[in-house]
Amino acid sequence: MWLIRAFEESVSELVGTGEVVGLVHVSIGQEASAVGVCDVLEARDRVYSGHRAHGHVLARGADPTAVMAELMGKATGLCGGKGGSMHLVDVTHGVLGATGVVGGTIPLALGTALALRETAPGAVAVVFFGDGAVQTGYFHECLNMAALWKAPVLLVCENNGYAEFTPRSAHTPVERVTRHAETYGIDARTVDGNDVVAVREAAAALVAPLRGGGGPALLECLTYRMRGHYEGDPARYREASELAEWKAKDPVRRCASAAVERGELSADDAAACEAAARRAVAAAVAAARSAPFPPPSALTEDVGG
Amino acid sequence: MADTTYIGAINDALASAMRRDPAVRIVGEDVAEGGPFGATKGLAAEFGERVRDTPISESSIMGIGAGMALAGLRPVVEIMFIDFITLALDQLANQAAKARYMSGGQLRCPLVVRTSVGAGTRSGAQHSQSLEAWLLHVPGLSVVMPATAADAGGLLLSALRADDPVVVVENKELYFRKEPRVDLAPVPIGAAAVRRPGRDVTCVATSRTVHEALAAADELARDGTEVEVIDPRTLHPLDLDTIVGSVRRTHRCVVAHEAVRQGGFGAEVAALVQEHAFDALDAPVARLGAPYAPVPVSPPLEDAYLVRAPAIAAAVRSLVA
Ligand SMILES: Cc1ncc(C[n+]2csc(CCOP(=O)(O)OP(=O)(O)O)c2C)c(N)n1
Ligand SMILES: [Mg+2]
Repeated sequence: MWLIRAFEESVSELVGTGEVVGLVHVSIGQEASAVGVCDVLEARDRVYSGHRAHGHVLARGADPTAVMAELMGKATGLCGGKGGSMHLVDVTHGVLGATGVVGGTIPLALGTALALRETAPGAVAVVFFGDGAVQTGYFHECLNMAALWKAPVLLVCENNGYAEFTPRSAHTPVERVTRHAETYGIDARTVDGNDVVAVREAAAALVAPLRGGGGPALLECLTYRMRGHYEGDPARYREASELAEWKAKDPVRRCASAAVERGELSADDAAACEAAARRAVAAAVAAARSAPFPPPSALTEDVGG
Repeated sequence: MADTTYIGAINDALASAMRRDPAVRIVGEDVAEGGPFGATKGLAAEFGERVRDTPISESSIMGIGAGMALAGLRPVVEIMFIDFITLALDQLANQAAKARYMSGGQLRCPLVVRTSVGAGTRSGAQHSQSLEAWLLHVPGLSVVMPATAADAGGLLLSALRADDPVVVVENKELYFRKEPRVDLAPVPIGAAAVRRPGRDVTCVATSRTVHEALAAADELARDGTEVEVIDPRTLHPLDLDTIVGSVRRTHRCVVAHEAVRQGGFGAEVAALVQEHAFDALDAPVARLGAPYAPVPVSPPLEDAYLVRAPAIAAAVRSLVA
């Protein structure tokens, strides 16, 4: 979790200096869902994300240097610098897509789940998306089809209460995303998305039946993004008190202090975790910085068609 | 006189149309908050529920706009990025565009769609496309593409007085470009603007590329080549007379746009020019557009992707050589 936090704090700074380019959405405050869910996944599983994807890709084990280089548009980036922040793909670590089109990876995950059932029985497909994506046709259409075909797909909704600048209450009268699962008889849970242990437990419980031929499942993680919608968004649409309230529930610090309290980790070890993550990120930034941009010929390579 | 911006002119046009015509509505994502670029800033405060925030449901948003229009309102549906119009094309192309025709003229669908194209922001392949040519292939839709603040406001005002669906294709790279303020006035749909007169070569350019063409024309003028820069402003219905009239004088034509060259608006213009002025041409029509590739994020690649002034100047030079 510290790796994701340190990585994205660094991304945020580098957007400021112009080294990280484009429309960048960080997941600071939401790390627990990425880590808790990915921790129960196996190498054969396949993952999709949305526009807020850095944490998911890192939680799957992607090389931070390659992710950072991608965000800088460098040739050594995960996608050769062509995809950027919203389009991270790392096939080696089972990440088949992220998207700038809200909801766009939900049908891809369903299709992948159907394929996995044939080609890699027991493997699951997972898709992370926001609460805003729940209002898309894709979500509703796929909920129906996934239930109809009992597809081994885990739908993970990171419910941070906002879609861009608009609170969830202005988008839907349905308070809990998991309510939608009831209609279709889909196994679903709502968890404290800032508690990595709770996320992990819920994900493990939901994924186990998928591996045995059941499915689908829906996990709703209640969380909060501690920064604006995108880097540069001053987030004037929300109260400072709301942010303060959620800062007190910071998933990264909470995980560390809980582990110390339970005696699983000494305070020194916890501090060492953070320091190691920050060192790794600093090294990733330095390596990405010195990497070359792609050559002009890359512009028309891999177009296909 | 004070400056204005393209986005400011859009905001002014929406506010003035809403004051003038109680049938005007705004429908879209985050429009009550002003939208990501501020196009609808302040409108919810002044017009209340006439500004309707929607969930992320583009296909239905477009259909809801069309349904409002069929029942006598004048909705402006905002699709933030043209990349997401893909989700809404069914309602736009199969319902809104055809309602008048399929009903034997009983229906009118005065729907206005505002959307934006434009690369150069490092936002990647799903937030940077220029898909306007797709819309030209659907009979029943007017498509306007303003290059200036005055046109962004003026074409929007005209769209809000039209009988049929109009898609206003804005360019996000132009949103914050400053221009001297001119009085907001409707700009007729279907009328091109000659941005710069010239005797040697006609350059037809759209949207942001108009400014690149003007920069190229400035540079070429120093060498004694006079380029006439025509901004069609409306892609359909196209002001062909202005384009053909110019080519008959200059005998040479370059078409430039930001969209992918293959299957682009430039192909249509080139075909029309050769149909209507073949005898006047001294050289084949030159076409400039993006390469056959999605828009990359990497800065040097995206910079190479865009049609800029030097490429236009080079194309003109090769025509007059
Ligand atoms: C189809 C589509 N419509 C609109 C947008 C613009 N947009 C980008 S992110 C976003 C809000 C997404 O909210 P949510 O799904 O809750 O994810 P969060 O940003 O909160 O993580 C919107 C409307 C988009 N990217 N794609
Ligand atoms: Mg959200």
